[in-house]
Amino acid sequence: MAGNVMERLPNTLRRHLAAVRALAVLTVILGGLYPLLVTGIAQVLLPHRAGGSILREDGRDVGSALIGQSFTDRNGRPMRGYFQSRPSAGGYDPLASGASNLGPQDVVDRLPDPRGAGQAARKGRVSLLTQVCARSKAVGELEGVSGARPYCTADGVGAVLKVFPVVGRPTRVVSVNQACPAAPFVTTYQGVKVECGRPGEDYSSGHTVPVRGNAHAVVPPDAVTASGSGLDPHVSVAYAELQAPRVARERGLDVRRVRALIGEHTAGRALGFLGEPRVNVLELNLALDRER
Amino acid sequence: MGAAAAGAVLVLSVVAVLAVVHLLLGDYLYRVYTGTRHSAAERLVYRLVGVRPDAEQPWAVYARALLAFSAVSVLVVYGMQRLQDKLVLGLGRPPVPAHVAWNTAVSFVTNTNWQSYPGETVMGHLVQMAALAVQNFVSAAVGMAVAVALVRGFARRQADTIGNFWVDLVRGTFRVLLPIAFVAALVLVAGGVVQNLASPHEVATLTGGTQAITGGPVASQEAVKELGTNGGGFYNANSAHPFENPSGWTNWLQIVLLLAIPVALPRTFGRMVGQVRQGHAIIAVMAVIALASVLLTNVFEVSGGATVPRAAGAALEGKEIRFGVPGSATFATATTLTSTGAVDSAHDSFTPLGGMMTMLNMMLGEVAPGGAGSGLYGILVLAVITVFVAGLMVGRTPEYLGKKIGSREIKLASLYFLVTPALVLAGTAAAMGNRAGLAAMLNGGPHGLSEILYAFTSAANNNGSAFGGISAGTPWWCVALGLCMAFGRFLPIVFILALAGSLARQAPVPASAGTLPTHRPQFVGMVAGVTVVLVALTFLPALALAPLAEGLS
Repeated sequence: MAGNVMERLPNTLRRHLAAVRALAVLTVILGGLYPLLVTGIAQVLLPHRAGGSILREDGRDVGSALIGQSFTDRNGRPMRGYFQSRPSAGGYDPLASGASNLGPQDVVDRLPDPRGAGQAARKGRVSLLTQVCARSKAVGELEGVSGARPYCTADGVGAVLKVFPVVGRPTRVVSVNQACPAAPFVTTYQGVKVECGRPGEDYSSGHTVPVRGNAHAVVPPDAVTASGSGLDPHVSVAYAELQAPRVARERGLDVRRVRALIGEHTAGRALGFLGEPRVNVLELNLALDRER
Repeated sequence: MGAAAAGAVLVLSVVAVLAVVHLLLGDYLYRVYTGTRHSAAERLVYRLVGVRPDAEQPWAVYARALLAFSAVSVLVVYGMQRLQDKLVLGLGRPPVPAHVAWNTAVSFVTNTNWQSYPGETVMGHLVQMAALAVQNFVSAAVGMAVAVALVRGFARRQADTIGNFWVDLVRGTFRVLLPIAFVAALVLVAGGVVQNLASPHEVATLTGGTQAITGGPVASQEAVKELGTNGGGFYNANSAHPFENPSGWTNWLQIVLLLAIPVALPRTFGRMVGQVRQGHAIIAVMAVIALASVLLTNVFEVSGGATVPRAAGAALEGKEIRFGVPGSATFATATTLTSTGAVDSAHDSFTPLGGMMTMLNMMLGEVAPGGAGSGLYGILVLAVITVFVAGLMVGRTPEYLGKKIGSREIKLASLYFLVTPALVLAGTAAAMGNRAGLAAMLNGGPHGLSEILYAFTSAANNNGSAFGGISAGTPWWCVALGLCMAFGRFLPIVFILALAGSLARQAPVPASAGTLPTHRPQFVGMVAGVTVVLVALTFLPALALAPLAEGLS
């Protein structure tokens, strides 16, 4: 019998054989029977959920109620008749889920340098702060409201100064995210004239000073930040409300009708405290298309 | 109700449910690990494995069995990834590159679940189901087995053995993890988590484009990913992905699942040593640290103290609308206080101090309440160190639960404690000192150092979460973090089992007037203090250069 053979083997070998057999048995049960049983039960009892909450329209699949989509044209411009989703680090591609992973103090751009050495230098790098500012400006223009924000310049980049030297009286101040010949968002800083940023120049040794300014943001926070998954199907109620007049105008609908549709596709907190109130963008846009 | 009030109710509701879980699951675990009967199914498993379930093992035999099982597991998980194109359900994906496959194998076997690959494009369904999810179960069962073996060391008198590894492994898996995961998986499906065997399926979107809707056996893996404090996501975005975590209430359920076993085990400990109040003291230490941490993290995230959150108006970068800021902050605290490492938001984009809290939680050694099993044995070592420190102050031979903490015991406890700081700090230094290490940073300045410090902290403490900006898929990083995960898991386990063997051999000494009582608030305060002070002394210099420098600038 197997047991007797095992007894005669050296201890180390016996132990590893037991380990192999244990893993084999456990794999059959935990890696085979368990997931297949859960799949079977889920497919019978909850086929819609288990299959990915697929939404169908006119007999064809148009997406998942849980997975956000971008409502932009081929050139990446917002389609004005649709509610827009949040920014996404992966362009709403479910094969590239994920976040931007940029830090909360990522405020200095590397300006595109056409004469720079290498692809990276020529392309430059946009800091998270400038991304937020640029999105705010773009949303403001799309919705016909102010896109101004704290820590942002009027031209939609991060309002950040590099001050030299790091300690002592400033002798040189650069608005690093504003490429020349842009006019810096402030003319002087502590009596020193502020320069525009020159692509290719290394400002990393300066002291970084983000400047708040006195702007008041109208565009809501979720409209200017990318989600954790890159697939967030929701926007805040505030962002949906902001978009309602534009969508109504484009579609020739009464804005009250559009607001009512927002209300129908708004989910509150489960049990009053779980999660945040939110609007499902794809479902709302599908409902709008049905209005015609 | 405002967002902050909803966030507070979320925390309170989790605490209330965990109080019940502590009692019920703790008592159940006590029966599981002390019962003498084997079910017919279990006897069949033991026959197939070829072990005698009633043969008790000395600590060294127990440890060798555990190491053999883990070594075999690494080889099998590695092999299945390398051969996935030749196996069924591979979705036509090529073999996983050797360095990534090795890193992933070590990562899942050590209960770390650090991921240097995006799941949705690299792993086929078979590898996810039959390699990675299997380790989600057994690596948790191994952790629980080690914790129970240590508790037996305290509970037994003049004994040469500390249990049978195979029995502890099988019982933890089949009596605890599998039934709970099975129910939780179906509940998650009801919430919207997908469970199928489909390949990505193209749909035509409203704007005339296409989108590939992914499938997979996600719910079955998601349930045990949280329950076993594993944390390895089916998809790259982990629990932020709507198919892994579709709503506010599934987020709540995942927080409860990942805390359940670590919170229950102190009760099991109290029952096994015959003094329930000793278990109360341990859970009290965990609760004090955990509540302080969840409160601070929520305050830092909700107040949004950094330039970008202030510009945006909230710390929403990397966070999902359906969870909100408090739901994300509480999940982040739970996942780093345990050894889970699942993420429902991008820790890299947290405020500097909020991100520091997630790191600090791991640096505490993940003891409040820690991983499945590893949390309990971690905090028991800290309790041993505490009685030793207290004994030094009053000049008495320290003892804990009637067992003398002599030179051998304190040496083992100290070695246990020193493993992770050594790995974290040496690893971070090595990465900062060479080009291959530095190349992985996405952000510059102190935040870049945070990314590297976080990676080694996460690997050495077997957490697995990341400041996700780090590009750790290169050979240098895969090997370095793989070594950290392996040493960070198995060196402490060997020290723990040796400690268990040494304690089991002792005859208990009767308590006297000079014995330090280890069930009073005074002791709770001392253990919490020792935990925080030891960690502060070890990691403060590194933290000062990274998140503190960023937060105070």
